[in-house]
Amino acid sequence: MKKRIRVKVDGVFYEAEVEPRVLLVHFLRDYLDITRVNVGCDTGHCGACTVLMNDVSVKSCQVFAVQADGAEIMTVGSLAKDGTLHPLQEAFNEYHALQCGYCTPGMLMSAYFLLKRNPNPTEDEIRRAIAGNLCRCTGYINIIKAIRAAAERMQSMR
Amino acid sequence: MRKGLVEQKGVWIGKPVRRIEDRRLLVGKGLFVDNLRPGPMLHLAILRSPYAHAKILKIDSSEALKQAGVVTVLTGEDVAKMTKPFPVGVLNPPKYYCMAVDKVRYVGEPVAAVVARDRYVAEDALELIDVEYEPLPAVVDPEEAISSGAPLLHEELGTNVAWHRTLKYGNVDAAFSQADRVVSLKLRFPRYTSAPLEGYGVIASYDEATGKLTIWSNFQGPWTMYAIAVNSLNVPEEKVRHIVPPDIGGGFGIKSSMYPYLVLVAIAAIKAKATVKWIETRREHLMASSTHPDRIQYLEAAIKNDGTVLGIKTTLLDSIGAYIRAPEPCSILRTLGNFVGPYRVQNLLIDAYSIHTNKCPTGPNRGLGCPHLYFGWERLMDTIADILGMDPAEVRFRNLIQPEQMPYVTPTGGIYDSGDYPRALRLALDMIEYDKIREEQRKAWRDGRYIGVGIGIGVDPAVSNMGYVTVAIPPEVRARRDYLPKSGSRNRARVKMASTGKVVVSVDVNPQGQSHETTIAQIVAEELGVRPEDVEVDCSMDSLEFWTVSSGTYSSRFAASQASAVALAARKLKEKILQIASYFLDARVEDLELKEGYVCVRDEPSRAIPLRRIAGAVYWNPSQLPKEIEPVLEATATFDIPTLKPPDENDRLNSSGTYGFVADIAKVEVDIETGIINVLKFVSVHDVGRVLNPMIVEGQVHGSIMHGLGGALYEELIYNDEGQLLTTTFEEYLCPTAVEALRDIKVGHIESPSPYTVLGAKGVAEASSETTPACIANAVEDALKPLGVKIRELPLTQEKVWKLIKEAKKLA
Repeated sequence: MKKRIRVKVDGVFYEAEVEPRVLLVHFLRDYLDITRVNVGCDTGHCGACTVLMNDVSVKSCQVFAVQADGAEIMTVGSLAKDGTLHPLQEAFNEYHALQCGYCTPGMLMSAYFLLKRNPNPTEDEIRRAIAGNLCRCTGYINIIKAIRAAAERMQSMR
Repeated sequence: MRKGLVEQKGVWIGKPVRRIEDRRLLVGKGLFVDNLRPGPMLHLAILRSPYAHAKILKIDSSEALKQAGVVTVLTGEDVAKMTKPFPVGVLNPPKYYCMAVDKVRYVGEPVAAVVARDRYVAEDALELIDVEYEPLPAVVDPEEAISSGAPLLHEELGTNVAWHRTLKYGNVDAAFSQADRVVSLKLRFPRYTSAPLEGYGVIASYDEATGKLTIWSNFQGPWTMYAIAVNSLNVPEEKVRHIVPPDIGGGFGIKSSMYPYLVLVAIAAIKAKATVKWIETRREHLMASSTHPDRIQYLEAAIKNDGTVLGIKTTLLDSIGAYIRAPEPCSILRTLGNFVGPYRVQNLLIDAYSIHTNKCPTGPNRGLGCPHLYFGWERLMDTIADILGMDPAEVRFRNLIQPEQMPYVTPTGGIYDSGDYPRALRLALDMIEYDKIREEQRKAWRDGRYIGVGIGIGVDPAVSNMGYVTVAIPPEVRARRDYLPKSGSRNRARVKMASTGKVVVSVDVNPQGQSHETTIAQIVAEELGVRPEDVEVDCSMDSLEFWTVSSGTYSSRFAASQASAVALAARKLKEKILQIASYFLDARVEDLELKEGYVCVRDEPSRAIPLRRIAGAVYWNPSQLPKEIEPVLEATATFDIPTLKPPDENDRLNSSGTYGFVADIAKVEVDIETGIINVLKFVSVHDVGRVLNPMIVEGQVHGSIMHGLGGALYEELIYNDEGQLLTTTFEEYLCPTAVEALRDIKVGHIESPSPYTVLGAKGVAEASSETTPACIANAVEDALKPLGVKIRELPLTQEKVWKLIKEAKKLA
């Protein structure tokens, strides 16, 4: 019944035997001990568990681990390089875009996915891109500002 | 400059210092309870009642126990054996355990729990437990629950009234006989929850050899509730260790009630003789964690024709769910000292009821009782304005407490420490360009557009008096000799210099995003002349270390209480540092100052010694110091707000330590074809005393407005008549998303420092959550004034507003 899967997470390969019903988020957290992916619901509404799977954003509570066999998963752990924060992380700090920080890893991944597709989003595009990520602390105002600021900074770095 | 304003800003205090906490959270290294791995663990899942009200006839868990990986099953039988009912601060409470014992009284109530190798196995086993129920009729409306013939939740009480007191202040009869008119309202305030993104989580570990129990949880305090929970275990408190990690994924009061799951998971660990973990799912959270009560309020006001309110009579019917759980009746009593809000009203009659209904038990939710309270006051003010043909702002100015009256003692015993309410309201009106909106409104109405402006103002209480709930007990009982009064509110801080000259701080708080680490670092940096990055702050808590019943992060207490203790401890440490430095520099202590990591002789920059040298001497070479100098670079301070006493014999009580002020004003447009409300502009003016970090304060204001907005427009825990909860996922329970976030928002401040706190700071985090619901309701009614729509309840969902408009048109 168990299936052996091989998944690359933030550049590291992992292999494990899982039941087909195990959710990707539980696989990451409980099998691989990768706790930088949070769970805020298990119905795909809150977005706390957002990761990129083969460069596309997914809510990892809506994907079975077996569906990720052979895939490349990117979590918030991939954003900072050599101890230097990604411009999005830097902007989240500068604009006070996080309070409790529980939604932050998923929020950052949705923002990262947006800026990959659309490096110069309007405010409305930002709002729509993160509409699947709930934040109960900030009222989103500073998150929207931070994403906009990061986009500008990344554009000027090009 | 006006009297009371702080002119000077510090080097660090008052600056938008960036958050220290972010370093770990931005890379996904938050220390949330679900991320803790204290050794091998078993996992717990809970079987919950599908009925709102039913007798449990039989539970058969034999099939579940046969399942591979299942270690044990707990039922009400174990709970009745292993625990005592939870205490609560009312006379004759019903028995409340962490799991149903003979009857279920709300949908989602725990009925059995499985401990297994992993959560998947535990969840599977739940389905194999056979429970036989005898369904009973349910009641969900508090008014129906106290009418004759209503089903009784607790037969032994003979009533669904869990608590009732009639509180009188001033002379209400005289006020009503002097009135020009009486204005009456019936209002409904809905159940909604701040629904933190992280649900509850508890890990418990039992060591059979020593009898010691260790519990990890994301409980936010007050630790009174921990003490109460642990006391229901048959394990002495000193054998229990409770650890709260430094990161909690949101709390907002939802994690501050007595936490039954501390006990449920603890007895599971005892029965399994192992470490057991339970992490709440979202469905469990919405069904069965906590929420504030829904309230029906009857309000009668005696008024003069100039808009002056002479007195009020009010009946509060709080639907507190299936069990009265500590700290209820907090939703009423926490607001006692500020019951008159910002108004000079002297005469009050409060007929207060907490009523059992077949719903989830209640407790604090951001604003604790104030969203309900100010919905009443602010709807009343607008109703008075409407009846008298006055402007709503003018009615408020007519009744506001004046700055020269500060500190102001309210008729209910509150001591408002400082403030200039008229000035703050004026600032908010100016910021939103109130007069311009009124002009624009008249034009819009002529053009068939519905623009409105609504005001919501309130006094924001912070630092709850630990004695406030004792008003639940009548004064004649409190006067008995064997009665033990409760009062006060304390925090402690320890500030210590490491051998490197850097500073380490520990405190007794449980932050859930309030940025304590940063603010504490700012305060210590200010006091000791170092940089915030030189200060390491530990915001985890461990019951083996210091705690009191008031420890935790709740009731917006940090900036007023904990920050005071930090400043006092840092000042004590400063004295010690200066004493040692005076020996090395051969200078008098009074000539020394701390600056940029050095102790310097004032005006003699060449005579200076780095802090790390002083620390080095104390740690590495204490024998060189003169005997009269104690070689310890550590100081502890506690802080109590001096005005927090037990209630007096007339039920007057200063329920909170500081009182801020908030004025929220919204400009909205209502589409009368669809019922959609568009918030065009929002202004929020706060007086939080001295602002310690404006960036953090503004973040708290944004968040509390959003909670108020969610409650005003979208969020409601909806039960049908059978007591079934219809909103058990985020598909039905509608939290605002970034699309709904405010587009035009301005935050303003005035600063009236509190005379009772060390730094002059007050609370901030709850203020707008208390006034935004009323503010939005007022704005919508104002917009629809030509149609005569009256707003009496929330949330103002599109469907509800559309129906109100349709009804109003029919009448017209």
